[in-house]
Amino acid sequence: MDETEEFTEEFKNAFRQEALEHLTGLENALMELEERPDAAELIDLAFRSMHTLKGSGAMFGFDVLSSFTHDIETAFDLVRNGKMKITQELLDLTFSAKDEILCMLKVDYDQIPANQKKKDELTKSFKDLIAHVGEGGNGAAKEVQKQEPDEKKVIEETESKRYTYRIRYKPSANCFLHGANPLLNIDELAGFGRSSIVAYTDDIPFLDEYDPEVCYAYWDIILTTEKEIDTIRDVFAFEDESSVVRIEVIDVSGELEEGDHYKRLGEILLDKGDLTQDDLDPILGLHIKLGELLVEKGVVNADTVEAALLEQEHIRNERKSRPEAADEMATIRVPADRLDVLVNLVGELVTVQAHLTQMAVRRIDYELLNVAEEVERLTCELRDNTMNIRMLPIGTTFNKFKRLVRDLSKELKKEIDLVTEGAQTELDKTVIEKLNDPLVHIIRNSIDHGVETPEQRKNAGKPPKGTITLSAIHSGSHVLIRIKDDGKGLDTEAIKHKAIERGLISPSAELSDNEIFSFIFAPGFSTAKEVTSVSGRGVGMDVVKRGIESLRGSIGIESVKGAGTTITVKLPLTLAIIDGLLVKAGAGSYVLPLTSVLECIAIGKDDIDKNHGRALTIVRGQIIPYISLREHFFINGGTPANQQIIICEVSGRRVGVLVDQVIGEHQTVIKNLGGIYKNVEILSGATILGDGSVALILDVNRLITLVEGIERDAVKRLNATAEMSACE
Amino acid sequence: MVNLTEIESTQYLSFKLDTEVFAIEISKVREVLEFVSLTKVPQTPPYMRGVINIRGSVVPVVDLKYKFGMDATEKTINTCIIIVEVKVNGASTVIGALTDSVSEVFEMEPKNIEPAPQIGSQMNVAFIKGMGKRNNEFVIILDIDKVFSDTEAAELSDIAQAENNFLGMEN
Repeated sequence: MDETEEFTEEFKNAFRQEALEHLTGLENALMELEERPDAAELIDLAFRSMHTLKGSGAMFGFDVLSSFTHDIETAFDLVRNGKMKITQELLDLTFSAKDEILCMLKVDYDQIPANQKKKDELTKSFKDLIAHVGEGGNGAAKEVQKQEPDEKKVIEETESKRYTYRIRYKPSANCFLHGANPLLNIDELAGFGRSSIVAYTDDIPFLDEYDPEVCYAYWDIILTTEKEIDTIRDVFAFEDESSVVRIEVIDVSGELEEGDHYKRLGEILLDKGDLTQDDLDPILGLHIKLGELLVEKGVVNADTVEAALLEQEHIRNERKSRPEAADEMATIRVPADRLDVLVNLVGELVTVQAHLTQMAVRRIDYELLNVAEEVERLTCELRDNTMNIRMLPIGTTFNKFKRLVRDLSKELKKEIDLVTEGAQTELDKTVIEKLNDPLVHIIRNSIDHGVETPEQRKNAGKPPKGTITLSAIHSGSHVLIRIKDDGKGLDTEAIKHKAIERGLISPSAELSDNEIFSFIFAPGFSTAKEVTSVSGRGVGMDVVKRGIESLRGSIGIESVKGAGTTITVKLPLTLAIIDGLLVKAGAGSYVLPLTSVLECIAIGKDDIDKNHGRALTIVRGQIIPYISLREHFFINGGTPANQQIIICEVSGRRVGVLVDQVIGEHQTVIKNLGGIYKNVEILSGATILGDGSVALILDVNRLITLVEGIERDAVKRLNATAEMSACE
Repeated sequence: MVNLTEIESTQYLSFKLDTEVFAIEISKVREVLEFVSLTKVPQTPPYMRGVINIRGSVVPVVDLKYKFGMDATEKTINTCIIIVEVKVNGASTVIGALTDSVSEVFEMEPKNIEPAPQIGSQMNVAFIKGMGKRNNEFVIILDIDKVFSDTEAAELSDIAQAENNFLGMEN
């Protein structure tokens, strides 16, 4: 008995998982339907997800859910068959229904009477909608006819051909004299579709003959696009006569399907006229890699071969991607914790590999060194691949926000468009999960405080509909997420006023805009005059900041009054492995996250002593305070004559960290220090070095805050003692 | 099943702190390591000697002698780290215990173990599970879970505070 129960519970959980995915899909479809209510594929998707939910719901004992979805299914079936139109009413109802279904997935849904009532209301609304259709049958029929041509058009468009062109572009030698820039043409071409570009540099002479006003380079561009050949020609419309532009179609989707046959390298070169059959034949007899041979024999040069190889590759990829686009991507569902185990193992492997390399170097054993290098290469690849598995496109989170913006702007009677960019940008799974709450906060703020009401916007000369842009882009080993609104911007005066009122600054303080903006991250800080259901309580931005910092990220604000606010969140790609700077202080090794490190400067013992205990140094005219690790970690003795200051930039400030020695960059696999050390805030973990010893990872931000606190207390105590002695 | 626990609970690992003999249940012990170099973690009390690397995981090491109010453990040829798995606040944690030397594994019937005397043991009685007699010597059997359970948060924050004060005075 127990076993079967367990069994069904397992199935039920699987169903819940599946249902969640369907519901997310449904929500996205509904959102898009609001924009283009005629999209047949979206209606289909909505219908199908309801249908699947109904079917599998009944199978796994979610009877309430199953009967509930029945009416929604019917409604969408009617829409699908053209008997009913997508209306705002239907969409709103379906949105509520989606939320209700989400509740139904919970175990105790049936037990709560309020749920029952809500469910019945929704069911009734759907039934009414459906019944309504029966009466107005004629009107709906007309709608169908109108829709038909549209649908055909859509189909034609999606089936439009994709051409692959080979373009040889050799600008005239004196094109620079006419003020032409060949690269602009190439950029324009690249904008048309997927392209592979090879630059030929073999005509460029040695430096003594080089004339900077002559264009020596020429290009081969392999371009796959839906554009017709005339469009391509237009790009070169302004070329003068001595320029060479040769455009050929080398592949057309749907027409030139030759199975697995790709043109061989020799054929491509012949095609392009880079090579003649007579040159080719004797070489083909030799059965070595053609490209290498051709170069060796001086028949063609390396660039030409590379271009041909690239073309081969380009077409191969293009053909490969075609069938994939047709059917769903093949994926395997893997529980997240198994991935975590894998990541841990890889982390350990990275550590062992570092150890191996170190050992090989020390022993000067070349055989071992070779093996170590090979292991290093493999480990790196394995690490990158494993990290990639955990990467998810941030788009899944972005979609959730569409709903948030939609609901909240309705509630606040504002008109807001959410534009998302870079939804395919990938981030570590854990980062994405933890990013949700801070982003919700920021977006709510933008909607509530940022974007004005339509009337206010009209008065300010802006379009009544506000725009919030949510974008994500890669930037080195970081991802930048920007939340930009075109609202009223931050009121620096109001913030400053509030900061003075709260005693955070003195009334006479002169502050830069950035410093003023940073106050909104102070706990309990809010300039909102009234508390709304959305925001204004002042718990928010400080929580956001802490959330982002716990992900080793940072947050910044730019704002122009009247024009809008941009909040930029900078996040590391992954949490498990970071690039660190390994330093030594006394016997201990410490790692500073490389992202916050600006530079290292040497400082002599004399220079330190000269300052009479003040921990300040001057770097290129700027006074920088520094924190001595030796002093704060109670490391005594053996202070070297020359120490290093690591200048870090944290929250816009520059602070140095004084250490004995800089060892170098270190791939840092972050290990948790565990509950026992959870109160040691200045550490964000530990890592294991190549020799097996443990290095501690410093949280520079917290270290600075801690030292500031200590010094503030010290000053207070000093004042108190002074007062006491004055009394005596 | 019942038998097994009984057997487990009667086996102990004995070790020395100074001249005194202590013992802990063998089921709590994961391994015994030679003294390796430790990485001191800042802002921790002196008895938290630091962390070591055990096959890729970072394990904290506690100086038992220092914790029990004796002198800090000096490194000798016999110094050992006993790696124990304890329950701290309900969560299973791996901790190393620094000891002067590890002696032996022995069996002792529960009936031969007496409750700890309330006076005269010169240490927190809560840490002691009982006392046994073996080779005409007293063996103090530790309740290792309890020994480490207060290694947690509270004391650490006291220490951070103390360090702050210390710094303040220095300034």
